[in-house]
Amino acid sequence: MLLAGRDASAASSTKSGAADVGILNVALGLEHQGINAYTLGAQSGLLQKPVLDIALKFQADHKVHRDLLIGAIGKLGGKAVEEKSLDMYAKALNASQLKTQADVLKLALSLELGATNAYLSVVPSFKDHALAQVAARLAADEVAHWAILNNALGLPLPAAMLFGA
Amino acid sequence: MKASFLLVPLAAFLNTSLVHAAGDAENGRLQYMSRCIACHSIDVSLAGPAHRGVFGAKAGSVAGFDYSPALRKSKVIWNERTLDQWLRNPEQFIPGQKMGYSVSDAKNREDLIAYLKTQTRR
Repeated sequence: MLLAGRDASAASSTKSGAADVGILNVALGLEHQGINAYTLGAQSGLLQKPVLDIALKFQADHKVHRDLLIGAIGKLGGKAVEEKSLDMYAKALNASQLKTQADVLKLALSLELGATNAYLSVVPSFKDHALAQVAARLAADEVAHWAILNNALGLPLPAAMLFGA
Repeated sequence: MKASFLLVPLAAFLNTSLVHAAGDAENGRLQYMSRCIACHSIDVSLAGPAHRGVFGAKAGSVAGFDYSPALRKSKVIWNERTLDQWLRNPEQFIPGQKMGYSVSDAKNREDLIAYLKTQTRR
């Protein structure tokens, strides 16, 4: 799968390609967690329609991100980091503490904020500028998720320059 | 002249300084939830290593985590100073790392560190 409509340029040197693969794998790990977090939310039985439908849509977006990142890592000759078990994510996210729909949404909100900030933070780190642009686009998806979840929870609008700080 | 009159303002100064130096662990927890949990958790290594017991530990030492060579070779011990430098600019502090994420605000770093200090080994 091509990135941003064009082939991500091959690394100008092995070292920079390896560095970009490292960052991409951190991002992929983040997407694996997001996908599984939404699985945990959906399986909890706490989400009611239409919130459940929105959660599944966001999960589908993360799967698009996952597949894009796996493709990019492969193009650079790297090995994509593997997803962990659902139980591991449940433990990491303290899923047993989720008791209400709002609990699930707040967890998703935190994860989407973390993902947004993570992507924005790594944009300058990529040696390949095409990958940096992809990271920015991924951040845009995450913040769109965040905004909808924030609204669903009835929380205040964010301050300016909140993201990536 | 009795020096006791100095004790109240001195105590107030020390208390303020200690509170500032100690950081706000509760705000640190909120910072952790909004900044860190996309890649880390306290007890499970994800995209980033688990953080339980990080304070006082050697960098690159969580068993089973795939660290960058830079972190694995590092001799850094995580304390308030080193964590602050790491969070401020990971690449400057340990070149070749793969976290990339930084916390620009000094108070947020301080509070995050205060929170991490509370996450001791069980």
